Amino acid sequence: MELIFEKSVSGRTGVRVPLSDVPKAASLPEAVRRQEPVRLPEVGELDLVRHYTNLSRRNFSVDTNFYPLGSCTMKYNTKVTENAGGLFASCHPMLALLPGGDSLVQGPLSIVYELERQLAEITGMEEVTTQPLAGAHGEMTGIMVIAAYHKARGDEKRKYVIVPDSSHGTNPASAAMAGYEIVTVPTAPYGDMDLDLFRQAMNDEVAAVMLTCPNTLGLFNPHIAEICAIAHQGGALTYYDGANLNAILGKVRPGDVGFDVIHVNLHKTFGTPHGGGGPGSGPIGVRGDLVRFLPTPRVVRRVDGSYAVEDHPEGIGRVSDFFGNFAIMARAYAYITMLGREGLIEVSEQAVLNANYIMARLKEEYELPFDQTCMHECVFSASRQVQNGVHAIDVAKYLIDRGFHPPTVYFPLNVKEAIMIEPTETESKQTMDAFIEVMLEAAQLAKEDPERLHEAPVTTPVGRLDETRAARMQQVCCE
Amino acid sequence: MGYCPNTPDDIRDMLAAIGAASVEELFAPIPAELRAKSFNLPPGMSELELLRLMREKAASCGADITPFIGGGIYDHFIPAAVDHLASRAEFYTAYTPYQPECAQGTLQALYEYQTTICRLTGMEASNASLYDGGTAVAEAALMSLRITDRHKVILDGSVNPLHRGIVTGYLHGLSAQAVHVAPDGCASDLARLMSSIDDETAAVIVQSPNFFGSVQDFRELAQKAHDHEALLIVSCYPIAMGLVASPGEMGADIAVGEGQSLGNHLSFGGPYFGFIATRKRFIRNLPGRIVGETIDHQGRRGFVLTLQAREQHIKRHKATSNICSNQSLCALRGLIFCASLGRKGFEELAQLNYDKAQYAKSVLAAVRGVDLLNSGATFNEFTLVLPKDAAEVVQRLLDKGMAAGVPLGQYYPGMERALVVTVTEKRTKDEIDRLAALLEEVLWS
Repeated sequence: MELIFEKSVSGRTGVRVPLSDVPKAASLPEAVRRQEPVRLPEVGELDLVRHYTNLSRRNFSVDTNFYPLGSCTMKYNTKVTENAGGLFASCHPMLALLPGGDSLVQGPLSIVYELERQLAEITGMEEVTTQPLAGAHGEMTGIMVIAAYHKARGDEKRKYVIVPDSSHGTNPASAAMAGYEIVTVPTAPYGDMDLDLFRQAMNDEVAAVMLTCPNTLGLFNPHIAEICAIAHQGGALTYYDGANLNAILGKVRPGDVGFDVIHVNLHKTFGTPHGGGGPGSGPIGVRGDLVRFLPTPRVVRRVDGSYAVEDHPEGIGRVSDFFGNFAIMARAYAYITMLGREGLIEVSEQAVLNANYIMARLKEEYELPFDQTCMHECVFSASRQVQNGVHAIDVAKYLIDRGFHPPTVYFPLNVKEAIMIEPTETESKQTMDAFIEVMLEAAQLAKEDPERLHEAPVTTPVGRLDETRAARMQQVCCE
Repeated sequence: MGYCPNTPDDIRDMLAAIGAASVEELFAPIPAELRAKSFNLPPGMSELELLRLMREKAASCGADITPFIGGGIYDHFIPAAVDHLASRAEFYTAYTPYQPECAQGTLQALYEYQTTICRLTGMEASNASLYDGGTAVAEAALMSLRITDRHKVILDGSVNPLHRGIVTGYLHGLSAQAVHVAPDGCASDLARLMSSIDDETAAVIVQSPNFFGSVQDFRELAQKAHDHEALLIVSCYPIAMGLVASPGEMGADIAVGEGQSLGNHLSFGGPYFGFIATRKRFIRNLPGRIVGETIDHQGRRGFVLTLQAREQHIKRHKATSNICSNQSLCALRGLIFCASLGRKGFEELAQLNYDKAQYAKSVLAAVRGVDLLNSGATFNEFTLVLPKDAAEVVQRLLDKGMAAGVPLGQYYPGMERALVVTVTEKRTKDEIDRLAALLEEVLWS
């Protein structure tokens, strides 16, 4: 498809700019004036609408296709929460920071406050801040809080953060952004971070250990409380990556287990849309004695029930401009409020049921490295198919031809040829059965006609793309 | 309740396939002592009740206040097509385009977005978006440390103070040094900025237009930075790019900014997007996702995420940044906004902002006892000095339905009587005249 710039016709105009009701001003001085107009496309509104409507049709999405992308929790985004999030479109955030301005924005401030309370109860933490703008941003904020804690105790020798080798790449990257060196602990044959190696890695220079629970294999680590205890004995804090929280709502609270800092992904667990790669939202929660290190400002409830914005002088400063991705937070608040206690418990129960169902139905044909009850997702390996020259990526591309978004492939890194499937609770048995049929069909083709899989996808606007060429050419904008 | 479609029959059949007696049995791997000690949330509600609650909250959100406030976030007109197109579920319910063959919609749009950002800023390579303006400035600072292998960043005091706070926090963890240079009135103190640059300096960070609304020529500053092999980072307001010299024209090495004003609703603070663009030679130091053009085996053009060896999912702790999810949908809105206006419309919009602000400047500076603090050119914001405490005046004007501006005292001690006023194309002549009349009234009656 042509680029919008390639559809441009000189002199054609789109939307009309408002008419002026003031005199034209003298022009800007030459030294600070732009020399050439910005080379934006010149298209009519209908051309524009067709262009982006047709572009959108080149996407798979939750609303058009089953999207079992492991670790991403691609659940259905309810439409009423979309409407709810849009109600605050015209509210200027600076109003809240003006003297006396907080009284004008009580509605949105109440949502920030109440969402923080809801998330604190769901995760078992003392307080929550919604300021971080995505999961990785939450991780970095959380590690900054941990750094501030150690510093306040005069404990400045701690320079390491421990992560398991199966962790999300953001964990070590976030800790590094906060100034730490990374120690990676391998996975034991039983699928979790090796407990003995972890014990050996712990010393009084470790600031924190970061874990995902259930882990990236979709398994619940029964040693999780022990790991927290070992970390605490060594003076380190424990960080919970909430990417997999969808499995344990109402079942386990990270705070009860012994985690000190957590982040949650509102765009995963709490039903806000993924937007083609954001906006997300990554609130963090902390235990009681870490509250003072949370970023500024804080939204508080006064004794008269009204809400106010307060500076948080001991905190780590500001990590984003205002209160977080508010319109996303409002959607999550609406989601939690609408589902309520029983609804959220049902989310996890059905997510876990769906994942175990897919695991049970596929394990005859696909290698299951850890054959035990899984939580919200299951991880297969295409190792059997590799014997016929078929790789995880080939299965993934064949699924596209059959109308399914592929699972996550080649992650986690500690499973070769990984195929990570997370159906979420919002899919029906019938949809999953159709997916399972195609997965079994792919396994059959791997034995009988592997070429079919190598050629896939053939139904998409483009076939497999030359990524090496892209990296070499570095063509990242049109001339 | 949880939008879970399976019927009791489905659940029974699934459990049979699994070989489990009950759903609860699937949670057996969780030791009893680790079970939740509390889960004290109210029961759920229906859509109707939910909307009633949310509308009640939305009713108290300052909708009847006329905003002359900015501070990095601006009340601009959004063409109807932006909302309609960005509401396509194929865009908003997709995720990061890991499988390019079924994500060409998102990928091509991001490629067009990157092109738009390059053209706005006068740069050669843009990423696919960052979180917001403040974190974009911080990421640019970190990028300059990587490129130069130095540890000192000079931060101009006329950069948005909220952004400076974020930069300071990001640098603190890495033991890098931030040198703050106070502004000279409403302008960057170019002489002091230049004399602060030495061979240890990674970058100088300035903003155009700055927090006081002033527009300055940074060409000499760029030259001085380059003489010391340091970088110039310019944070810019994208709407101003229709009229004001771009970071590229000024000689900047990295351009960043808050993208909200390009088609994103105010929404009480987000979601918005940050943008970052640079010279082609620094492309491997960019943080975050980048979309590149390529071909398939039949030679058909397509788009993929590229240069991923910079990123956290490959490089882990050695990545250029930890960013994973960015602000794709907000960037898409920015793209559609720019394409709706087009070459001519974008320039006209910038001119209109400028004209309205110039008119407001003349009317407000004519109010008894009020002075204009900016000595040079401004775009759509300017700074007034009032005869009284600006915070008090703003509070009294809020009671009259006017958000008159951002009082500077809380950000710049000693500037308690200064007020930054913002005038976008949405403010009418009548509203401006009314603000002047109310200001006169509050000051003198």
